[in-house]
Amino acid sequence: MAKQGEPAAQPASTVDRAAGSALGDYLTQIFAVATAEVQKLRHDPLELATRAVQPVLWLMLFGEVMARVRGVAPGNIPYLDFLAAGILAQSALFVAIFYGISAIWERDLGVLQRYLVSPAARSALVLGKAMSAGVRALSQALIVYILALLLGVGIDLAPLNILGVAAIIVLGSALFSTLSLIIACIVKTRERFMGIGQVLTMPIFFASNAIYPLSLMPAWLRTVSHVNPLTYEVDALRGLMLANGASDYGYPLDFAVLIAATAVLTAIAARTYRRMGY
Amino acid sequence: MPNDQTPNLAVQIFALTRRFGAITAVDSVTLSIGQGEIFGFIGPNGAGKSTLIKMLTTLLPPTSGSATVAGFDIVARPAEVRRHIGYVPQLLSADGSLTGHENLLLSARLYGVPRGEQAERIRRALTRMGLAEAAHQLVGHYSGGMIRRLEIAQSLVHRPAVLFLDEPTVGLDPAAREAVWQHVLDLSRAFKRTMVVTSHHMDEIDQFCDRIALIDRGRIAAVGTPADLKAQVGPDATLDDVFIRLVAAQETVSEKGYGEARRARRAAREHG
Repeated sequence: MAKQGEPAAQPASTVDRAAGSALGDYLTQIFAVATAEVQKLRHDPLELATRAVQPVLWLMLFGEVMARVRGVAPGNIPYLDFLAAGILAQSALFVAIFYGISAIWERDLGVLQRYLVSPAARSALVLGKAMSAGVRALSQALIVYILALLLGVGIDLAPLNILGVAAIIVLGSALFSTLSLIIACIVKTRERFMGIGQVLTMPIFFASNAIYPLSLMPAWLRTVSHVNPLTYEVDALRGLMLANGASDYGYPLDFAVLIAATAVLTAIAARTYRRMGY
Repeated sequence: MPNDQTPNLAVQIFALTRRFGAITAVDSVTLSIGQGEIFGFIGPNGAGKSTLIKMLTTLLPPTSGSATVAGFDIVARPAEVRRHIGYVPQLLSADGSLTGHENLLLSARLYGVPRGEQAERIRRALTRMGLAEAAHQLVGHYSGGMIRRLEIAQSLVHRPAVLFLDEPTVGLDPAAREAVWQHVLDLSRAFKRTMVVTSHHMDEIDQFCDRIALIDRGRIAAVGTPADLKAQVGPDATLDDVFIRLVAAQETVSEKGYGEARRARRAAREHG
C-alpha cells in the first residue's frame, strides 16, 4: 500500500485529546454536522426548488381570496401582508416537521451509526441537524421574500430586521425539526412517522396566529395557541418582516419562548437519539 | 499508553449479556483480545455477533456483565471508548450524498482531529485506501469496494487503538474482498492496531485472523487460533468443518436454536 512516509508504528492509541476547549469541541461538532447537511444541499439544490411550490400556492391562491374578506387582519395591515409572515413561518415549519424522516432514513442506511459511534456529544449531533434544518428554511425565506415583494407586500428591508427574521427562522426550524427528530426516534419507521407528521402539522399550524389573528378564535383555541411556539415565531416575524408590522408579545418574550422550547427539546432529543443505534 | 492497567489487552469482556425481551441475543460472553491482534468472530446469522459488537462500540447498552475497550469501561465511560475506537458497521455508513472527501472531513471534525492536521490526514487516508482520484466524487457513485475502503478510512482518521469491522466484505466481489483484507492487514502491520472482525466467510477468517471465536446462539462455542480449532476436529479439517461440527452438535441439543436466533435478530431490529 501507499507508504507515504508515515511513522512505521505509532503507539496503539495516539488518539487526539481535546485540542481546544470543551466548548470549542462542542461547537466544532455542531458545525461538522450542519456543514455536511449544507454540502448535501449544494450537491442537490433541486430539493430546495421543489419546496418553493407550497408557499407560492398559499400566498397566491389562499391569500388572494382571503384578502377580499374584510376585518381578518388587525388594524392597518393588508391581509396579504399579515399572511406573508404567517406563510414564512409555515414554510419553515413544514420543512422542519418532516425533518425527522431523514434520521429514520439514515438509520435504515446505517449512516446514523457513524454519528453515534463518534465521541461527539449527542446534543451536539442533534443541534447540528437542527441548524441544518434552519439553513434549509432560510432558503425558503428567500423565496417567500421575493414572492411577497412581487405581490406588493410592504416588507421592511432594513438589514437589522432581515437579520432578526433570519434568527427567528433558524430558531423556529431548530425547534420543530428537533421535535420531529424526537418523534422519529420513537416511531422509527417512515410509515408511522408520516402519519404522525401529518397529524401534528395541522394543529400546530391552525392553532396559531399564522393565517388569522387569535382574536378571531374561540377562547379555548386561543388558550391552545398561547402555548404553541409557532404563535411566538409568527409574532416576531410579523414585527420584523413587515414595514407596518408590530409584535404583540414583544421580541424578548418571542425569543425567550423559542430558545427555551428548543433547549428543552434538544435535551430530550439527545436522550432519544442514542436509542437509534440499537 | 493510556491503559496501563491492562497493557496487553485491547478488549476485555466479562459475562456480557444482552436480552431483547425474552430472547437472549448475547449470553454471558467472557473473552479477552490482545493488543495488535486480528480477532475474528464467526457464527451463523443471528448468532449475536453484531449485538456483541454493538455493545463493545457503546451503541447498545448491555443487560448485564461488563467490558473494557482500550482500557475504558463501555458502560461507565462510553465517550472515552468511542474516542479510542473505530467502527465500520455492517450497514452502509458512508453518506452517499456527500463526496469521499466530505465524508472524511465530517469524521475528522466529529473526532476532534486538530484543524491543522485534518487536510493532511484526509489526504493520506485517501491515498492509502486508493481513493485519491475519486475523492471529490459523490460516494453514491462509488463501487461497493470503494465505499468499504472509504468507511475504513473514516474509521481510522482519528487513529483509534481498536478497529471494529462488522462483516466488512459482505456483498463484495472476490477481488474487492481481497483488497479490503489486504488493507486491514497492512494497517494492522504498520500501526499494530487491534482489529475485531466479524464475517461468515470462513476462508477469510481462516486466512487473515490471528485468533477466532465461534459464536452460536449468543454463546462462545470455541476460541483459539484457526489452526488449533481445526486440529481439534481432524487432520485435514477446514474451518467449515469446525463450524459444522460445533454448531451442528449443539443443534441436536436444542432444535429451537436457529429459530430462536432468528427471532432474536428480528426482535433486535424491532426493539431498535
